[in-house]
Amino acid sequence: MDENLKSELRKQGIVATTLQELYNWGRKNSLWPLNFGLACCAIEMIAASMARYDMARFGAEVFRPSPRQADLMIVAGTVTKKMAPQVVRLYNQMAEPKYVISMGACAISGGPFKQGYNVLKGIDRYIPVDVYIPGCPPRPEALIDALMTLQKMIDRQPLTGPDRPRHLQADAPSEFIVPEFGAHDLDPSQNPEVWQAPLVNISLAGTDDAGND
Amino acid sequence: MTLETIESEIEANVPGCVLEIVSNPSPSGQHSLRIDPAHAVAIATFLRDAEPLRLDYCSNVTGVDWPGKEISEKVKIKKLVDGVEQEVEEVRKTQTLGHLEVVYHLYSMEKKHGPVILRMSTEDRADRVHLPSLTPVWRSAEFQEREIFDLYGVIFDGHPDLRRILMWDGFQDHPMRRDYVEPDDFEYEPTPHDEVLERARQHRTIMGVQ
Repeated sequence: MDENLKSELRKQGIVATTLQELYNWGRKNSLWPLNFGLACCAIEMIAASMARYDMARFGAEVFRPSPRQADLMIVAGTVTKKMAPQVVRLYNQMAEPKYVISMGACAISGGPFKQGYNVLKGIDRYIPVDVYIPGCPPRPEALIDALMTLQKMIDRQPLTGPDRPRHLQADAPSEFIVPEFGAHDLDPSQNPEVWQAPLVNISLAGTDDAGND
Repeated sequence: MTLETIESEIEANVPGCVLEIVSNPSPSGQHSLRIDPAHAVAIATFLRDAEPLRLDYCSNVTGVDWPGKEISEKVKIKKLVDGVEQEVEEVRKTQTLGHLEVVYHLYSMEKKHGPVILRMSTEDRADRVHLPSLTPVWRSAEFQEREIFDLYGVIFDGHPDLRRILMWDGFQDHPMRRDYVEPDDFEYEPTPHDEVLERARQHRTIMGVQ
């Protein structure tokens, strides 16, 4: 339908829409986050939900303490290897449609603890992430920006065709492997269906030519 | 009270104990007292209860890993070379076992003095890693001794609840030891160097790329 005609009708008090628009409008404006935090990023998440930044303006004020009632998982903070199975299990217990925001350097890649032995090097090794927010920790504005980015992403999704959201594809996975505690590391150390380590080219490293071309 | 007086006080009151003052050459000059594990609980109880020390607060317990190292020394030996007795210099190499060390920092809340630093060493780093727990003397040592058990592998006899505290129960390594090898789950930067370059090369070989 023509956009100009639509806004003209709107002025006359007639709302014209499509089922897809209505469906996506409902999805994007009722993103209920799961009420859990892992480290200092959680403090910024709490600040974003309180009166000063007021995430409620975007329909995301109802922090749910149960994964069964939540739509959005905000991974706010350092995911230690000891905590990773529980995070993945919480994600598996959420009902579709579900989304993930990876908040802060630690949740993205391990951050300052990347070279350590006890921190998971990014939650995207086990679950699919929709929006990444860099920062250590990101400010509440950044979290609101991530939420708005997610809303725009939801708004663009068609309900039919190959680009339709995951919960409308019958054969798309909704649950992912929960890693187990191994003798030296988590087992498996990553879910290859979700994430694979990029293999960087190191052929020039260590020679005099490194960095000169 | 100087460490020397504390040492002689302990020697007078705990019969049979072996003490050694480990001096610290740095400007802070925090010298410490190495105690023998067999008398550790008796020494600790004495330090906590006896006037005028009354060290009633154990603020910090930490571990140190001393890996074994190769010591080479030159020895002069008389040998028959071509039928003539000559003095030949030989390099003899010995391998030390290394040990694990636990350090306790003690203060007195009552007398407002401290710290007094105690050290204890295990016999080696492999299986003779038992030390007496000082948790029955200072309750604040409980979680820190668990942490040392987790990260260094020192087994504290007499600890009320010796379990891993940071890593999971099925974990087998001790990450704070110098010879710990961490799992190969790192994405390497395009220009690694030195040790990281070596590890990146190994990683690529494992992945089947040269």
